[in-house]
Amino acid sequence: MPRYTLQVDGRAEQVDADADMPLLYALRDNLGLHNPHFGCGLAQCGACTVHLDGEPTRSCVTPMGAVGTRQVTTLAGLGTEEKPHPVQAAYVEEAVPQCGYCINGWIMTAAAFLKKTPKPTDAEIREAMTGLKCRCGTHMAILRAIKRAAAMG
Amino acid sequence: MNTQDFSLSRRTLLQTTGALVIAFNAGGVGTALAQAAGAVKPPLHPTEMDSWIAIAPDGSVTIFFGKIDGGQGTDVAIAQIVAEEMDISVSRINVIMGDTALTCNQGGASGSTGVAQGGAALRQAGAEARRMLVERAAIAWGVAPERLSVNDGVITIAGDPRSMTCAALIGGKYFNDKIAWNNQYGNALGLTAKAKPKTPDQYRVVGTSAPRADVRGKVFAYRPYVTDIKVEGMLHGRMIRPENASSVPVAVDEASIRHIPGAQVVHKNDFLGVVAPKEWDAIRAARDLKVTWSAPVDVFPGDAGIYDHLRASTVTKRQVTTDKGAVEAAFAGAARIVEAEYEWPYQSHASMAGGCAIADVRGDRATVWTGTQKPHYAAEGAAAILKLPLENVHGIWVQGPGSYGRNDAGDALMDACVLSQTLGRPVRVQYMRHEGTGWDPKGPPSVHKARAALDAAGNMIALEFTSRGMSRNDTDTNESEPKDTLAGQLLGMTGERLVNFGSPEGAYEFPVARIAWETVPTLLAKASPLRTTHLRDPIGPQVHFGSESFMDEVAEAAGVDPIEFRLKFITRPRDVAALKAVAEKAGWKPGPAGTRRGRRGDIVTGQGVAYASRGGTIVAMIAEVEVNMRTGQVYARKFTVAQDCGLVINPGTMRTVIEGNVVQGLSRTLHEEVKFDRRGVKSVDWLTYPILDITEAPETVDIVLLDHPEIPPTGAGEATIRILAAAVSNAVFEATGKRIRRGPLTPERVRGALA
Repeated sequence: MPRYTLQVDGRAEQVDADADMPLLYALRDNLGLHNPHFGCGLAQCGACTVHLDGEPTRSCVTPMGAVGTRQVTTLAGLGTEEKPHPVQAAYVEEAVPQCGYCINGWIMTAAAFLKKTPKPTDAEIREAMTGLKCRCGTHMAILRAIKRAAAMG
Repeated sequence: MNTQDFSLSRRTLLQTTGALVIAFNAGGVGTALAQAAGAVKPPLHPTEMDSWIAIAPDGSVTIFFGKIDGGQGTDVAIAQIVAEEMDISVSRINVIMGDTALTCNQGGASGSTGVAQGGAALRQAGAEARRMLVERAAIAWGVAPERLSVNDGVITIAGDPRSMTCAALIGGKYFNDKIAWNNQYGNALGLTAKAKPKTPDQYRVVGTSAPRADVRGKVFAYRPYVTDIKVEGMLHGRMIRPENASSVPVAVDEASIRHIPGAQVVHKNDFLGVVAPKEWDAIRAARDLKVTWSAPVDVFPGDAGIYDHLRASTVTKRQVTTDKGAVEAAFAGAARIVEAEYEWPYQSHASMAGGCAIADVRGDRATVWTGTQKPHYAAEGAAAILKLPLENVHGIWVQGPGSYGRNDAGDALMDACVLSQTLGRPVRVQYMRHEGTGWDPKGPPSVHKARAALDAAGNMIALEFTSRGMSRNDTDTNESEPKDTLAGQLLGMTGERLVNFGSPEGAYEFPVARIAWETVPTLLAKASPLRTTHLRDPIGPQVHFGSESFMDEVAEAAGVDPIEFRLKFITRPRDVAALKAVAEKAGWKPGPAGTRRGRRGDIVTGQGVAYASRGGTIVAMIAEVEVNMRTGQVYARKFTVAQDCGLVINPGTMRTVIEGNVVQGLSRTLHEEVKFDRRGVKSVDWLTYPILDITEAPETVDIVLLDHPEIPPTGAGEATIRILAAAVSNAVFEATGKRIRRGPLTPERVRGALA
């Protein structure tokens, strides 16, 4: 079984895993992180989203063998209560999550999107977030929060 | 306000929140032990004040709430209610929820009763706690209690410089006092204080938008979900489900997973699962296990045939819920009769992830972690399937991946229990996506037959409305019996099935009407992926899709404005006010059908209205839609909602709850239909069971809260969702002139209606 060195939220972590095991299980099971979440295992919902070198990536379908030396950033590594990412700060202000299980997808995708598109239109925000799932239906609050985060940045 | 933080150990948690040191037997039920002062916590019983409220030495207050909040803010409302009665800042309050060793069974999250019933009990407890504190201070000081007042936990005497904190008075100690209880558990659990709770004119905390406690932990990823719970020595379990619903395993080739480290098969009767120490290995084992299934049998009519099946089936139960006036005579003498039938499909909870639970069964004791919204009942179910005394089972609720009724959380718990007991190891089960959509108990499909009699002047002189569907609780909703779970049924446990549907609450006052419901037998009695149960507002969306669409159809036939038409049958002033408020806020243009229609190229626009009450809450809605005449695509641009649920505890969370109802309701209206053929369910992921995408979210949700502080609060968790499909459908009719009587209003279906 190969050994991988993963760069996760600024730390180097050793993981023994088969090359075809999705990154999600290295993060959750091997490293014991509380996020990202398993939602579908099919790259259809976004609950497992992390950044790989800043790019939002569905960790549930990303094999360990494909991660390489890229920096893995999880929601916990994006920002902290003391030093929140603007999207996190806006999420708190707007009290966005209900169950919150989908949150990794929305925040990680929005953070990467705003980096590339700091002053988006409403339509651009919706287009950038398309495909992510939220079953509680917090979409209105999500849209408010992303707009608020854009205004902060 | 804070909620329990599972990153702390349970022991630390309890020391910090309530100064009550509670020791747990290995995996067992909490036994209240001596704290520093040597006092013993009274047993967890509704008549004990200590079962409800604890004051810590630092002055913080812990509420032990026997329901749960899944992120809608019920807990902050409860904290506000108790803060108000105790005269303490809401920021000092912690709410412990859903732990069977720490809370009394208040029914879990159920029927939008969190504030209405759960809050009512806690209001009494809060008022009684304050009374007890003031009484003790009065005795200590030798003054009359009437002279004392409380301000953020500090007790003072009128015209006297002395003061005392509640923390100094009782912090870390038990009340050891009683509160009157109505001898009921569940939603109906009621308490009565000797103290008189405050009157609404005294409220300072209730009615404010206090922040929720769970948001930061979710946003900064430190608040664990049930999926995050880890127990030492835990195995990961996955269940094996047949592709064809009727099939059972006849042979299992255990050698087929021998290459996977630590993988094991558990096969009992028709129950089939695998476990492995590593989660990915459990998933691989479930994928690779070779199973020979019994030959498939055609057991379903297929999604296209379900409505004919419902119509043709023998009715097992019929109830007439309204029978007023001479219905037959009215129809016999009618100048005109309007008739229509409406159809609503099976819908899935389709939570963000499949159900998850952890069971740690050790000998005659068990601890279970569950994301269910009814943890007390789920613990009863665990005890039953494990054949253990209830007091030996400790149930702990942890936030799950969404819960809108009885989803698959209860099934996951039973599976985890069976696996753990069989293997003698703690087992975590998490369902895969295909199980979360394909195998959860479903919202029931239905047909609704309506007819109205009109006189020569166009007045509706009689109404008949009959709903027919699968039982709303064929799978009982509280998870306390194994017979209502896949595991129980696969192990051969059977029992009586409940057979119920229901009728809309009597929002209208029709002079002559017959309203009835009928149920037909469920498809495939054992371990069916089309089991039916409660999905948010159990029969509300389907019944109102029929009844509120039909009100529009009759209004159209009568040539009357749909709001004006409804007002003919509404006498309650609050209901009238809600309809008028929504019309005014939405800029409703009065007039008969066609008045609110617009067109820009391929896009036609329209407004539609719907109204209902639910458990005393009144809701009226106007939807504004755009329909693409070429593609059939419906875009619901704007919703205006007027809601009157009496006293509003927290307007901020109320608005987001209504928004969630709107978006989830819109998803169910436009997209959601469980697909199945004659042998099995084909909706198994987000492609085959699509939900609303953010590109389809409304531009605007305008909310008018008709606050009535003088009226006790009624529920708001489900009221809005029941009328959304009808409001949208009525708007689509207004826009297109075509009536779509089968949900969901997919582009194909709308296109078909326009062709």
